[in-house]
Amino acid sequence: MKVTVKLFAFFRAGRFKVEEREYPEPTAVSEVIEGLGINLDEIGITMINSRHCQFETLLKEGDNLAIFPVIGGG
Amino acid sequence: MAAKIFRVNMSDLSTSIEEVPAAWAGHGGRGLTSTIVAAEVPPTCHPLGVNNKLVFASGLLSGTPAANSGRLSCGAKSPLTGTIKESNSGGSSAQLLAKCGCKALIIEGQPKDDAWYSLAVTPEGVTITKEAEVVGMGNFAALEILDQRLSAKQGIIIIGTAGEMKMRSANISVKDPDGNLRSGGRGGLGAVMGSKRVKFISIDPKDGKVEIADMDKFRVANKAFAKSLIDHPVSQALGTYGTNVLVNIINESGGLPTRNFTKGQFDGHEQISGETMHDLIQERGGKVKHNCHAGCVIQCSQIYNDVKNKYKTSGFEYESIWALGADCEIDNLDQIAEADHLLDDIGIDSIETAVAIGVAMEAGVLEFGDGEGLLRILTEEVAKGTGLGRIIGGGAGDVGRAYGVTRVPVVKNQAIPAYDPRAIKGMGITYATSTQGADHTMGYTIATNILGVGGSLDPLSKEGQVELSRNLQIATAAIDSTGMCLFIAFAALDDATCLPALIDLLNACYGIELTGDDVTNLGKSILKTEHAFNLAAGFTNQDDRLPDFFSVEPLPPHNVVWDFSGEEIDTFWNF
Repeated sequence: MKVTVKLFAFFRAGRFKVEEREYPEPTAVSEVIEGLGINLDEIGITMINSRHCQFETLLKEGDNLAIFPVIGGG
Repeated sequence: MAAKIFRVNMSDLSTSIEEVPAAWAGHGGRGLTSTIVAAEVPPTCHPLGVNNKLVFASGLLSGTPAANSGRLSCGAKSPLTGTIKESNSGGSSAQLLAKCGCKALIIEGQPKDDAWYSLAVTPEGVTITKEAEVVGMGNFAALEILDQRLSAKQGIIIIGTAGEMKMRSANISVKDPDGNLRSGGRGGLGAVMGSKRVKFISIDPKDGKVEIADMDKFRVANKAFAKSLIDHPVSQALGTYGTNVLVNIINESGGLPTRNFTKGQFDGHEQISGETMHDLIQERGGKVKHNCHAGCVIQCSQIYNDVKNKYKTSGFEYESIWALGADCEIDNLDQIAEADHLLDDIGIDSIETAVAIGVAMEAGVLEFGDGEGLLRILTEEVAKGTGLGRIIGGGAGDVGRAYGVTRVPVVKNQAIPAYDPRAIKGMGITYATSTQGADHTMGYTIATNILGVGGSLDPLSKEGQVELSRNLQIATAAIDSTGMCLFIAFAALDDATCLPALIDLLNACYGIELTGDDVTNLGKSILKTEHAFNLAAGFTNQDDRLPDFFSVEPLPPHNVVWDFSGEEIDTFWNF
């Protein structure tokens, strides 16, 4: 299945901003993260199609997955 | 020597130094400004009239070596909202006022003539001097002259031309350690300073110091406190990308108000994001990290250079960039930086003014996305105080009234900042119930609604939002009283060592024995004092509501509306 993966802040270094990528079904959010060489404990939040999701959430064809480190502001 | 109250009467140009009344002794920062305004300002007075008072107070820990303790509170009745107001700023003045032995500076009365004045604060008290040279100048030209006239170490609190013209969005700016400006932005307190005919205040502590009751205990507590701040990953991200790191995450969540609050995502988000800003700063030889006051260990500020690698602006914040960017659909970060610089020079709130221009765009005064038009309006209209400039300088509400626009994002006449309440419902509760009009800093539910700090709560669900906003507003009122930067809250929400260390700092500084409950009770009592002032000024629970367009216009991409009932909002005050 095709999934659009978006990375933010320092997760982009040496990787990419946004990429359409191919994954087998089923693939969980955590598998995408680990496949990019990112440790799960560096993750702040993840969203699928602009809604917060969990590491174990399974992706579907055409999903947009956004992966953020722990960040804040205000 | 215990700190005192410094009072200035502009009606008869007299000054005095007073002992601190017992009821004010345990207060600092916002707690103190709100306590004094509530005690001395008639709630129904005209905010720009003789009966309003402008109060500056450093925090309970300002002037000590405590990390991140240099925030200044400025309070009065707000000309923008008509409510009580505390506007909070970085810069050096909080620490310098504390070293002068000044617990609070109260400016009251009004000169009978049309002369302008400056105030000079030292440990001996305040002197009042007639001022002409820098009157009519923007902040940067005035600062250049004052830097030659005064010693470099002195603090400066100043209003720009917006404050002189008593525009309801005028801010008060505070010189930072590098000679740039930070601002107490919201609520038009610059107009109150202008109404007192005070152009600037200089602060020279000479060899004054803040006494600390138990220095050994203080050092231990400060080490633990600073460590908790430095170790928190949010602090690290703030030092790298600034607060503007939020553009992409709020956009992704669908809560980034775009095109005057008609959409929740902005096509140009990447061009104005913290990531893009970080790369431009590095390419152009600016500074990614910068502190707004000595002793800050987070360093969320930055030095942003223009395309010719020359200094353009600092303290380039997410909310300003959102307002000038997404809300006005401008995707050119250099135009946004130029506008930020102009707003600092004019001395006017970057959130209120940019949201006002977004409403003006909807009215057809200029096109959405017209960055050059926005810069022209700032330089040719607002800075010069033309008719249009004064309408925009009166804030988003004034623009809506002048042009018959109904989509006007304000609560208690203050512009809603960078988080749409339909898609991030906790923020809507904060905007509705805040004692000071729409203000994200009063109870920053983004931490829990979006960022997963201090737990997580679905931003699209109503469940738990009133309680979340209440708890955060209580904690914020307490933090604002310490002189601490609000960004300590990220560590405080997640790291069990942070708040106890802060309480240890207070106890070591004053030789007292506060507990966590005392701090919570302080926050509650500040909110109740502020709320009581507003009720006496004529506000009711019907003012704790969002504009009705939020209830009837669904916000894409989630296509959600604001769906809290009045009764549900009113439960906020059940404490």
